[in-house]
Amino acid sequence: MAEILQLEAVTLAYDTPQGRQGVVENLSLGLERGHIGCLLGASGCGKTTVLRAIAGFEPLRAGRIVLDGTVLSTVEFELEPEHRGVGMMFQDYALFPHLTVEKNIGFGLRRLDKAERARRVNDLLHLVGLEGTGRRYPHELSGGQQQRVALARALAPQPDLLLLDEPFSNLDIDTRERLAFEVRDILKATQHTALLVTHNQAEAFAIADRIGVMQKGVIAQWDTPYGLHHAPASTFVADFIRREALMAQRAQAYLRGEEAG
Amino acid sequence: MASITKTFPDKAQAASPPPASKRRTSSLRPSAGWSWRLGATLIALCVAAPIGALIWMALGGSLEHWQHLGQHVLPSALRNTAALLLGVGVLVACLGTGSAWLVTAYDFPTRRVLLWALLLPLAVPTYIVAFAYLDILHPLGPVQGLIRDVLGYDSPRQFRLPDLRALPGAIFLLGFVLYPYVYLSTRVMFATQAASLLEAGRILGQTRRGVFLRVALPLARPAIAVGVSLALLETLNDIGASEFLGVQTLTVSVYTTWITRSDLAGAAQIALAMVAIVVMLILLERHGRRHQRYANTQRMRPVQPERLSGARAALVMALCWFPIVIGFVAPALYLLGETIKHFETTGGVSAQLLQSGYNTVSIALLATLITVAAALVVTWAVRSAHTAKTRFMKLCSRVATVGYALPGTVLAIGMLLPIIGLDNALAWLMRPFTDTPPGLLLMGSTAALVGAYVIRFLAISVGSLESGLDRIPRSLEQASRLLGESPAGTLRRVHLPLLRPALGAAALLIFVDTMKELPATLLLRPVNFETLATWLYAEAARGTYEEGAVAALAIVVVGLLPVILLARHQLKSGH
Repeated sequence: MAEILQLEAVTLAYDTPQGRQGVVENLSLGLERGHIGCLLGASGCGKTTVLRAIAGFEPLRAGRIVLDGTVLSTVEFELEPEHRGVGMMFQDYALFPHLTVEKNIGFGLRRLDKAERARRVNDLLHLVGLEGTGRRYPHELSGGQQQRVALARALAPQPDLLLLDEPFSNLDIDTRERLAFEVRDILKATQHTALLVTHNQAEAFAIADRIGVMQKGVIAQWDTPYGLHHAPASTFVADFIRREALMAQRAQAYLRGEEAG
Repeated sequence: MASITKTFPDKAQAASPPPASKRRTSSLRPSAGWSWRLGATLIALCVAAPIGALIWMALGGSLEHWQHLGQHVLPSALRNTAALLLGVGVLVACLGTGSAWLVTAYDFPTRRVLLWALLLPLAVPTYIVAFAYLDILHPLGPVQGLIRDVLGYDSPRQFRLPDLRALPGAIFLLGFVLYPYVYLSTRVMFATQAASLLEAGRILGQTRRGVFLRVALPLARPAIAVGVSLALLETLNDIGASEFLGVQTLTVSVYTTWITRSDLAGAAQIALAMVAIVVMLILLERHGRRHQRYANTQRMRPVQPERLSGARAALVMALCWFPIVIGFVAPALYLLGETIKHFETTGGVSAQLLQSGYNTVSIALLATLITVAAALVVTWAVRSAHTAKTRFMKLCSRVATVGYALPGTVLAIGMLLPIIGLDNALAWLMRPFTDTPPGLLLMGSTAALVGAYVIRFLAISVGSLESGLDRIPRSLEQASRLLGESPAGTLRRVHLPLLRPALGAAALLIFVDTMKELPATLLLRPVNFETLATWLYAEAARGTYEEGAVAALAIVVVGLLPVILLARHQLKSGH
């Protein structure tokens, strides 16, 4: 299957009073249609900046970004966010507080007529398991429910690519796990292509088909979860992955009584 | 799963790319939002123009001018203004801080009412308080009559109180009507910052009074600085009270120099002197606020007031109610009484009063609309600017709000030159089309006046909209854009609905301030165009107080609206 998203030698930087600060250096990746990718790394490694560049909120210093054959960004040229065919889920849900759930989901469906829009909104509510909440306002819903509305809203205009910016960080652990698997199921069922950004390995491994471990603006390795585990490309990757696995191991050993404290 | 494929038929077939109409590639063009930035820059230029014009006009005066001013006009006017500012500054600082401390540290009957009642004098403009007291304290009036009866005198020739029409009288009246500026800022500071510090002071052995002098007062210094500078800016701005009370301040000098002697350069020079004072006041406020970063950032806890009873409670009550009685109750009751008397004797109001009222409301509505719209352009331009342009936009925003510090008279004088210039340009443009010269189009209409209101009060709406916009997270904008909405559409569908409270508050404040405005209105209004304030001013100048009281009462009632807003906000937030 062809790659629908291509980042070629992308460089991103901020201008500060002290000069240009590089954030991402010469980053390249390709994501196939229908796959879920993930950029995994600690805070400050540049993963969110890459996401914002794909969405159109960060200018490129070098390289280009192509989505489904259309050039989104180069150094000289930037397509406006509203014309990119990209959807996004935010860490703070970013639901419009003055609109009902229905109106939120239907926000991007202006071009449809009323009946068609209502039908689509209802289907989406059913898809994310929130039938009957259409008339409520975001502040009346729980965090997990709000994030589902955000998913429905982002999928409504049928984007070519869905971006997820640490969407589960504001939720409690149980909801986080449950929602992560549900989101993967929904995305797979609707065959959407998605790119997730997170610092949480469990989420990355639960959702993604391809994971890019990032460190200081560079992708150390872009591979399947299996590949990262069993064929790490560098010590950094090995340590990064193994650390969590090691912690999980030690926790289990402690619970079994084999290790103290 | 069937419904899912129905929802996303494209995905189910690994579809072809969306139709070309969905995607437009954009070629190189100026970055998005340039029209907003252009608008904001133009607005900033409009606001800066009067000051530039002032400097230009002042430089145009001859040397004899300066000499004459320097010898005759400036020294006494400067002395009077300085004395007035000093006196009012001390008085409002004492009244405002004192009342704020008393209602914070002590609990006594009517304390809860006092929390918002102490703001009431804000509804009374300076010229109305002078207007009212000149009649209340008139030698032949009720108060002096009562005093004479008590002391056993028959006529004012045997006993009269010192004339209100002097500097001390002006200081007294202005102080009692402007202290709420200091009260407001100091009270907020005491209520939110003081608790733990005050308790620490008590534990360390200070008495309540010691705590006040050693802990609370230094802590409140930034708030006092802010309040006093606002009160002094209002004092500088005032023309009605100074003139009624016979104090030749700089403002009065500007007015008489332009109106009676048609000396624009001279007026501009005096106005520049006032600008210098404004700059000093602002610097003073900054200096007073320089330690504001020492403010307590811990959890806000209300101060536990000490319960008072008996004579002490009565004393504190009297001390707190005294400024309200002087600054609001007495004038308001007087105006109410005079209005009732007027309606009883004449049964209605004159056509002139009604016309003035109509003029006031219509011009206030127009000014409010334009000011709020202009503020929207400026704040949105700042919000949507990218990196390098942000600094320039922020500068434009700051320039646009400078008008608030300018006294109305200064602003009006500063606007005269550009307006007359524009008028001449328009006349020249229209020459090919008409035979008769159109005259002074702008000066002859209310356009100049509305322009002055916009420049003067833009800061209010910019401030309100800025804080409103700050409360809207950026992610909402980004979400809207990614859902296919343009920047303008995002403003319309997301920001404006969420900004409704901020827009409403700004509109109310500007409307009320425009209705109360006097100095700029006196100078820039077209001939025969009266607002309630100018009509009242004319009546007072003539000494005919009959109908003036009705106009004054109307202004005070409208002026109560923002006070009510403030009071409700205070009650809701507990301070």
